[in-house]
Amino acid sequence: MNRRKFISSTSASSVFVGLGGLSLGSCASKSAKKITILHTNDMHSHIDPFSADHSEYANLGGMARRASLIENIRKENNNSLLFDAGDIFQGTPYFNFYGGELEFKLMSMLKYDAATIGNHDFDNGIDGLFAQLPHAEFELLSANYDFSNTIMAGHVKPYQIFMVDGIKIGVYGLGIKLSGLVGKNLYKETEYLDPYEIAQDTERLLKEEEKCNLVICLSHIGYDYPSKERPNDLILAAKTQYTDLIIGGHTHTFLDKPTLVENSKGREIIVNQVGCFGLYLGRIDFYLDSIQHIAATGVSIKV
Amino acid sequence: MDLKIKHFVIFITIGLTFSCKQQIQNVASMEGNEIRLDTSIPQKDSINAYIKPYRDRVNHILDSTLAYAPKKITKVDGPYNTTAGNLLADIVFSEGAPIFKSRTGKNLDFVFLNHGGIRSIISQGKISARTAFEVMPFENTIVVVELSGKSVKKLLAYLLESGMAHPISGMQIVLNTDNTLASVKIQDKPFDENRHYFVATSDYLAAGGDSMIFFKEALSVTTIDYLIRNAMIDYFKRVDTVAPKVDYRFYKLTP
Repeated sequence: MNRRKFISSTSASSVFVGLGGLSLGSCASKSAKKITILHTNDMHSHIDPFSADHSEYANLGGMARRASLIENIRKENNNSLLFDAGDIFQGTPYFNFYGGELEFKLMSMLKYDAATIGNHDFDNGIDGLFAQLPHAEFELLSANYDFSNTIMAGHVKPYQIFMVDGIKIGVYGLGIKLSGLVGKNLYKETEYLDPYEIAQDTERLLKEEEKCNLVICLSHIGYDYPSKERPNDLILAAKTQYTDLIIGGHTHTFLDKPTLVENSKGREIIVNQVGCFGLYLGRIDFYLDSIQHIAATGVSIKV
Repeated sequence: MDLKIKHFVIFITIGLTFSCKQQIQNVASMEGNEIRLDTSIPQKDSINAYIKPYRDRVNHILDSTLAYAPKKITKVDGPYNTTAGNLLADIVFSEGAPIFKSRTGKNLDFVFLNHGGIRSIISQGKISARTAFEVMPFENTIVVVELSGKSVKKLLAYLLESGMAHPISGMQIVLNTDNTLASVKIQDKPFDENRHYFVATSDYLAAGGDSMIFFKEALSVTTIDYLIRNAMIDYFKRVDTVAPKVDYRFYKLTP
């Protein structure tokens, strides 16, 4: 297995952590907790690995392989959550034949905790998505799609809070603008709301009212675009204040390492995306302790 | 400032009172990795076993031989019409017209598609449903657009302007040596600018895709809920041999 790991933690942050450790003595480190976030995006019905004669991705990917990798990580740290950032459907005949049933069933078997909705998840219409809901034993999250006047009303939550080892983790979903991308006959009365505003409202709710320790965004708005007018994850990160991690999708962006972006309060947060087709699994480990780390300099980030 | 100090004091107090059992809630550090799913990671047998019946059925259906192509079929074997284009347009006509007739009582006049929509050649040999997925991977459906004679003129202008062998069926277009129109026949009758025509195309093009803005002038649009790919598969099931030819549906007069 080829693990890509890059270390770029600043000396300032190391010093701070060092001082923090001193001031509260050894008890803080003893009771530190580790939360592991695993993620995929844009799997596009790639259930099987690519064939051996594929010119770019020979033998890579596949859900049976992803299953064993995730199982091993969970053995190492049971305090793990598994997310997907949308475009689960469309891309292989499995979708044409079964309409997404197998994708949802396998994601349930792999114990996905939540996913957001990508534009291609509307490819069999909103009714086609609705028809597969019985096979999904995970949450579908979208804070900026208003499904009130559709068959999906009541089946998609804006956010979900997970309690993992006493740590409260708030997760919200964001979807891309549908008009121009998906036929209106497919998404019907689904209403797209401004992702930046919705993200700010939702993260505030998760932090200030729900008192979440960690706030995670599952986004299918795309990593970055030549036109900065189009909502994207990098600008989203800069506009938020409480979100700790943005797990992205849509643009099929392969990153050498997760991106660090300064948020509106000057704190660095992680934006990540793992390309497409289930070729990679993203892994972000959060280490938590009892020390009140000060935003900009107090947290060390290794990517 | 005062507020911050107060918080700090409370924090310390709790910390002392409950001796480290509380307040494990602040992010101290984060670490990001991505793991490539290559052959060094074993595949989980139970998951593979679960997928197998689905996979077997997909492969069985996709790879069952439906027809036979005695020669390679491509979209680049003629300047004005091609074997792949003619095959696709003729299939949309033959499979779409009866459904349109049964839904509306009206007759289809001609088919107009886009050259770029043909995504693969058909190799010489066995034709399967997988062939149809390769040629037409998109979920595009057949729609019938009612166009005025004026809009059909724009369609013809688009075709001539493009210089592409866009797939057509049910019409014949003859060009003079200087690339002007010599004649246009639709259903073997001369094109009549004063009547309406029923044109089958894809839902993508009917919505103005590939800059086919004349389709936006539609007087009516009838969706027949039939994937172009499924029309291909149904056609392949019906025939034994698939041998389209470059013909005289669209050609240029020789000097």
